[in-house]
Amino acid sequence: MSMHTKYKIQDLNLHYGTFHALKNINLELPEKEITAFIGPSGCGKSTLLKTLNRMNDLVEGCSIDGTVLLDGEDIFDRMDVNVLRRRVGMVFQKPNPFPMSIYDNIAFGPRTHGIRKKAKLDEIVEKSLRDAAIWDEVKDRLDKSALGMSGGQQQRLCIARALAIQPEVLLMDEPTSALDPISTMKVEDLVQELKREYTIVMVTHNMQQATRVSDKTAFFLLGEVVEFNETAELFSMPKDQRTENYITGRFG
Amino acid sequence: MSSRTMALPKQRIRTGRRSNPPEPTQGIQSLVLRVLVYGAAICTFAVLLFLIGYILIRGIPYLTPDLFSLEYTSENCSMLPSIITTVEMTLLSLVIAIPVSVFTAVYLVEYAKKGNKLVGLMRLTTETLSGIPSIVYGLFGMLFFVTQLHWKLSLLSGSLTLSIMVLPLIMRSTEEALLAVPDLYREASFGLGAGRLRTVFRIVLPSAMPGILAGIILAVGRIVGETAALIYTAGTATELPSGLFSSGRTLAVHMYCLSSEGLHTDQAYATAVVLLLIVLAMNTISALIARKLTKN
Repeated sequence: MSMHTKYKIQDLNLHYGTFHALKNINLELPEKEITAFIGPSGCGKSTLLKTLNRMNDLVEGCSIDGTVLLDGEDIFDRMDVNVLRRRVGMVFQKPNPFPMSIYDNIAFGPRTHGIRKKAKLDEIVEKSLRDAAIWDEVKDRLDKSALGMSGGQQQRLCIARALAIQPEVLLMDEPTSALDPISTMKVEDLVQELKREYTIVMVTHNMQQATRVSDKTAFFLLGEVVEFNETAELFSMPKDQRTENYITGRFG
Repeated sequence: MSSRTMALPKQRIRTGRRSNPPEPTQGIQSLVLRVLVYGAAICTFAVLLFLIGYILIRGIPYLTPDLFSLEYTSENCSMLPSIITTVEMTLLSLVIAIPVSVFTAVYLVEYAKKGNKLVGLMRLTTETLSGIPSIVYGLFGMLFFVTQLHWKLSLLSGSLTLSIMVLPLIMRSTEEALLAVPDLYREASFGLGAGRLRTVFRIVLPSAMPGILAGIILAVGRIVGETAALIYTAGTATELPSGLFSSGRTLAVHMYCLSSEGLHTDQAYATAVVLLLIVLAMNTISALIARKLTKN
């Protein structure tokens, strides 16, 4: 299989005020694969994830230099941030459905991007919920508040909501850290399904999850990418001593 | 040591079921405290009850159909024109005050950068505004709207004065409500490619609605109950105002006039009953609305 590179990150440096949060990051994330970012808390993995759809723009005192290319286009240059975020969906650590109905949650994205026709919206809502493997659970209560669902369902709803704008990339920031084991399993299965159509980048605290789910893994430490490799290889034969120390549980 | 001795009786209270009688000093202390707490609660309740009861007893017997005739004469002391004026005055003031205060709050919370000097200044100004006695607003309204702008004693002068008065009230509660909206919602919306405007109007403001409504209710309460600021700006004309530039009296002003004239004290009480009912009804309705909004 010839690998197309979806994201190309070159010499990326990021500062929060005077704190150097990301140091000389160079990464190439392949299309339609799952890349996992692992590493201890505060190592910069979430920061890098949020850079990929420019959610860091919202953080005050955050300055970035270097380039991030999405299909060869620089996301910091001339690309409208809302267009970028339409192409790059995001699922957050805590399920964060809007306080509105299940239907309206899913339809929010498409409506934002100008889809108004009821029939079209109905179609998108159903497809997204089916793709997120939650359609059967919610099809009879689409007009009910999304806040009445369980945490696991809410997270899958959030995935469906992200899918509804038909993104090319899905960023997931520890999507299962607030979920119980069964919900976690469902989300992991779902992610496996989704990789057929989407490029997925997932931050995880859980190394087992990275081995179960991802194709490639990047290990972060103190704002640097220590090692980036095929997941199987990184976990069985780490090249860097620090990686080995981390995956064998010596710290973190 | 003292902490250990303190911890013991606490636990005893928590487990309840008077197995051991509490130590005498502790018993007295908690008794005193209990008396104070209950006493304060009863006092508050009693004062309110007495006040309402007093007004009802003094007022209800004089609630005659006469009081609701379309035209005011010095014989019937009708309050119907004042009721209508009150509604008009309230709506007009809110129409002016709500957009300004809500949008100011939106600017302060959603748009202004942290540490912006302007924000601090605006907070200071609104806080000062909310501390000014209403008679000062009345005086300002009279000097500026009535005299300077030649709007005379009128609905417009009155409602503008009132809207300045309730501005900080609605603004502060809107600000609090906006701040209470979890950032998670904003992030989710931005993450879907929605701009700031859409995020604010579709996600943040709807979520903050109950809090904003609470502020508006407070504002309505102040407008309905206001006299000092209105006497000098909207005047005390007894008939229905014929337009924005004609004078009229709200129910509270009407009551003030009746009781200060001293000729119609009984009718003043009857008017108070109606005012009380209106305020009560408004609070109930808005509480219902707020509950309905939070449920969704």
